[in-house]
Amino acid sequence: MHDLILKKLKERFAESILEVAEFRKEPTIVVRKEYIIRICRFLKDDPEFSFNFLSDLCAVDWPERKPRFEVVYNLYSISKNHRVRLKVRVDDGESVPSVTSVWSTADWHEREAFDMFGIKFEGHPDLRRILMSEDWEGHPLRKDFPLTKEEVMFNYNKDRPPRIMK
Amino acid sequence: MNVEILKKTEKPETETMILNMGPHHPSTHGVLRVILELDGETIVKATPDIGFLHTGIEKTMENKTYNQVIPLTDRMDYVASLSNNLAYLLAVEKLLDIQAPPKAEFVRVILTELTRIASHLWWVGTHAHDIGAMTVLLYAVREREKLLDIFELVSGQRMMTSYFRIGGLAKDIPEEFEPKVREVLKTFPDKIEDYENLLTKNRIWLNRTVGVGTISAEDAIDLGVSGPVLRACGAEWDIRKSNPYSGYDEFAFDIPTGKNGDVYDRYLVRLEEMRQSLRIVNQALDGIPEGDFVERVPGVVLPPKEEVLSNIEALIFQFKLVVEGLSLHRITQR
Amino acid sequence: MGLEEHLGDGILFTTLEKAVNWARKSSVWPFGFGLACCAIEMICTFASRFDLARFGMEVTRASPRQADLMIVSGRVSTKMAPVVRQLYEQMPEPKWVIAMGACASTGGVFNNYAIVQGVDKIVPVDIYVPGCPPRPEQLIEGIIKLHKKIEKESLKKKREL
Ligand code: SF4
Repeated sequence: MHDLILKKLKERFAESILEVAEFRKEPTIVVRKEYIIRICRFLKDDPEFSFNFLSDLCAVDWPERKPRFEVVYNLYSISKNHRVRLKVRVDDGESVPSVTSVWSTADWHEREAFDMFGIKFEGHPDLRRILMSEDWEGHPLRKDFPLTKEEVMFNYNKDRPPRIMK
Repeated sequence: MNVEILKKTEKPETETMILNMGPHHPSTHGVLRVILELDGETIVKATPDIGFLHTGIEKTMENKTYNQVIPLTDRMDYVASLSNNLAYLLAVEKLLDIQAPPKAEFVRVILTELTRIASHLWWVGTHAHDIGAMTVLLYAVREREKLLDIFELVSGQRMMTSYFRIGGLAKDIPEEFEPKVREVLKTFPDKIEDYENLLTKNRIWLNRTVGVGTISAEDAIDLGVSGPVLRACGAEWDIRKSNPYSGYDEFAFDIPTGKNGDVYDRYLVRLEEMRQSLRIVNQALDGIPEGDFVERVPGVVLPPKEEVLSNIEALIFQFKLVVEGLSLHRITQR
Repeated sequence: MGLEEHLGDGILFTTLEKAVNWARKSSVWPFGFGLACCAIEMICTFASRFDLARFGMEVTRASPRQADLMIVSGRVSTKMAPVVRQLYEQMPEPKWVIAMGACASTGGVFNNYAIVQGVDKIVPVDIYVPGCPPRPEQLIEGIIKLHKKIEKESLKKKREL
């Protein structure tokens, strides 16, 4: 099935595929972000694949890479019972086309990726923070965001007030 | 004389009203805020606002070793801790390309199915409580305590068990485990009958659940809904059948489905799932194989204590595992 | 029956403070307010096996205006913190707070950006109940401790607070 997906994608979107990988029988296809909506729509509508279920959409931060972020789409087909993983690469400040028009569930997932990583999704109907409060500054899941700002109190520092870390 | 006025007011001009519900509201378990737009008594728009329970677990996990993360997975969906453990561990085991021994798999299946029952009980109880049936909550919690006793027996904790570990289980199951589970298997079906008697044909319950919150199967799939809610919409899909893990393909069980996708169907599906879970537990309990409870992969699983005390290699493995944690990178490159 | 039998026809003397505190501690109405895993254990404490009604506490109130005791059961996120503070302020005096669980007491296992490191940063806490989650018995122990505390409270001091 994986070969078939790849073959068909190559036929139709030859110029869009950047990289193909497989690990533990899980195929991953890295595509150009400009094509993501078209590819998703094709994978969903093609009766052979019918990826009707977006099981997850998330992002990864690679601070040392350029482009810095990866947006990961985990697709699943409930009727055909197979999976594929798509990835697009995007740099800080750039935006990715939103796939909300393909699967409505992408709405909240994209909001989460925006909230946590600051990746913008173009064409999203209502892109605002979802988990953190509106006045929160920064994007917590970026690798350069500190885990905590407050020192933990132990015996050795119990007599002084907790230091606020920068 | 008033006819004119009446005619005018027949279709009065109305404005919608914004009402804030939550984040603290008796029926918003798990702190959810909904901004409602009301037209008289009818809700015309509801905008949910979530994140009041955002705990930053992902970020915390990034800073921990693979073994240290297990307790955090307990605290994600805290009414089904063991299922979360299992999901995480299956991922790690897939990465490491190791397989838990058969005994561990059977115990995992038994405990996750019991967790499913406990979680469904919690749903039935609190949901019934919210729409006005207090007794069911008291009953459901009573039965859930029995299941928590089993979890406590195997792991020492009622809720946050962290009992499953990479490659198997934390320790062997105690001897009293089997009789205890058998007792639940024996008494529980009657209890499900009790809930059915209280609710299934109850007029108030029917009024408040039938036709409420209907979702069609297509919408559900489009919205990324899975689990019992999807099954209640009529889609016969269960991850245990379509992508069997932990040896689920060896057990016989049915997938209950609903027709209308409303709250009532979800209730029926969940009740039936509890019965099916009992079936699975029954089969698994009969067939627990002999053998070790954990796959002793060096560098991944702590070696047994006797070996640590007598064998320098084992000591080094233990030391490195405890101090450094397991390095997936090194192991997958092997 | 009961107390009356032992009393006979006599008169009982006590201080007003003691009588008031006795009444207050015997029917503390908790605020039905759950935040995370600890809330599940809290509901277990209210329900069949542990039955908090034995301590005159079965009436959980959904509105802060009718409650005396806020059991902060679980982790308080930075987004939730202002809400918790507001709910606390909406409760009428006298009021007490129990921080249930490691998260509410100190932040627990979640020493990170999202969780308030101890609910005592936003509301005054009377009793800390350790555990993750505390067993229902532990919570009951905390509640008994709170009862003891209420018994010793001075009316004058409370007014000055
Ligand atoms: S203390 Fe433990 S059980 Fe309680 S809310 Fe925190 S993580 Fe959950």
